[in-house]
Amino acid sequence: MTFLSFVVLLLGSIAPPGSVSAGDVPNDGGGSILVTWTAPADPALTGFEVLRQTEKATAWETLASPGRRATRYTDDAATDGVRYRYEVIAESDSASAASTPTAFAVASAQWFDMNTVPALVGTVVLSFILLYFISRARKDKNLFIRRISGLDAVDEALGRATEMGRPTLYVPGTSTIGDVATIASLNILGEVAKKTAKFGTPLIVPNTDPIVYTVAREIVKEAYTTAGRPDAFTPDIVFFVTDQQFAFAAAVDGIMTREKPATNFLVGMFYAEALIMAETGASTGAVQIAGTDAVSQLPFFITACDYTLIGEELYAASAYLSREPLLLGGIKGQDYSKALIVGVIVLGTLLALLAGLPVLKYL
Amino acid sequence: MQRRLPLLLVLVTGIFAALPFFIPHHSLQAVDETVRNDVLRIIAAFSLVLGVGSILQHHFTKIQRKTSNWQYSWITVVTLFVSAVIGLFGGIDPSHPGILPTHIGHFSFHIQTLYMNIMVPLAATMFSLLAFFMASAAYRAFRARNLSATVLLAAAFILMLGSVPLGRMIFHPLPSFAEWILTVPNMAAKRGINFGIQLGILATSLKILLGIERGWLGGG
Repeated sequence: MTFLSFVVLLLGSIAPPGSVSAGDVPNDGGGSILVTWTAPADPALTGFEVLRQTEKATAWETLASPGRRATRYTDDAATDGVRYRYEVIAESDSASAASTPTAFAVASAQWFDMNTVPALVGTVVLSFILLYFISRARKDKNLFIRRISGLDAVDEALGRATEMGRPTLYVPGTSTIGDVATIASLNILGEVAKKTAKFGTPLIVPNTDPIVYTVAREIVKEAYTTAGRPDAFTPDIVFFVTDQQFAFAAAVDGIMTREKPATNFLVGMFYAEALIMAETGASTGAVQIAGTDAVSQLPFFITACDYTLIGEELYAASAYLSREPLLLGGIKGQDYSKALIVGVIVLGTLLALLAGLPVLKYL
Repeated sequence: MQRRLPLLLVLVTGIFAALPFFIPHHSLQAVDETVRNDVLRIIAAFSLVLGVGSILQHHFTKIQRKTSNWQYSWITVVTLFVSAVIGLFGGIDPSHPGILPTHIGHFSFHIQTLYMNIMVPLAATMFSLLAFFMASAAYRAFRARNLSATVLLAAAFILMLGSVPLGRMIFHPLPSFAEWILTVPNMAAKRGINFGIQLGILATSLKILLGIERGWLGGG
């Protein structure tokens, strides 16, 4: 006990914090020590003061002054490997009382975050299911895959554009390449580009992100080559417009009203501009196929577009269009994983309900 | 090799990107932060040059071929150059002047002034169009053409009425019922969609990491 706290206790108007302890913050990158205490039940209490001392120091360093309801403080300024001890002072308007110093605590970095175990187990289990069906697809080339009407309409929509002699517009979302939805959209773009190359339909691919533009350009170029029409590819098909959200929406609206594409693909990640584009496209009479995993934009697409790939269908689209057995195995795996999750939810709900029943006392 | 090298790079960087989620150690977190903050920014800066190149190529082709509305391409090109020159040499705002004089009397045309007075109002104009598009989309969605559309119409009607004082006046439990629609059936559907999305992301990531999905490479 320090001299100060001894004096305060002699004056005796407030009790010190109890059960003060300090320990390394678990599952962190180091540099943090957690100090906990119990607050004295005193209405005069106004707050606390947390002090720190290293092993070799004689003076106490004030770290923070948490409020009266606080019962913990994380010292984020600790150095790994250094021994620290802490003291918590309870304060009122007229007096203060210090706790006994804690035992020495040392901050350290952990190599594994135990809080992520459920995520790791879930990822491993679901990955095994997916890999199992992908490997099964190698042997069984005729896996049954449920029909996705939005993707069944792709050929029809592209055929319509060809017959009308009008272009096809493909917008790969308004997000960056860091978004998995954008990658899924680019995979679909490859399949759509192969078909437009085959049919000889002009393709327009405006982009809002320079990296997405670069990747999209390579994908379309490769798709035209794969379709046996490298001569039909021009750098003008895929172009960068702007990275400003609404300026891009204005540009796409302009393309829709000037070029009058017969088919619009709005596939990828979209934000508030989704409805602006989809409604403009609908007003031009184009067949619109949309797809996004942005749940808040889905209702707008469902309303304004002819077909909408909802969430997971966006990720299944590339496999569905290419009909490549290995990719189709992934869709099958997704469906079984979903069934597993539904099963776990039902089981968990039943167990939670059962746990509340008095019959458990007799088991 | 031309195919294998990108696949190998994706596999290694993909695994490396996932590790910091499970490993909190500061040594790994620091490397991850450097990659995300510095390396990716440098790559993005290079790609921006390609983006500007694309804009110029696209519009010069239009001008050269004199396609429809080719005159507007001049506006884009000239605006691009003028704003680039002002942005690079004219300073950010009056308190951060550049080497070019970017004001005439009290009239300033620094890049920040141009952005705040041209880009922001134009973007706001586009954004405000959303209100009108919402009205037209709502009209289309709420036509009771089939059972699903009728359910949608009924749910929307209850929600809208439940959100205003009139709803409580007409039928006292209506706001609670509207809240229930949002938090129970609506939330259940949203979570169902989210499960599918997360599985789709996992499946796509796995297929890309293992080199099964190669669409991003430009096809098989």
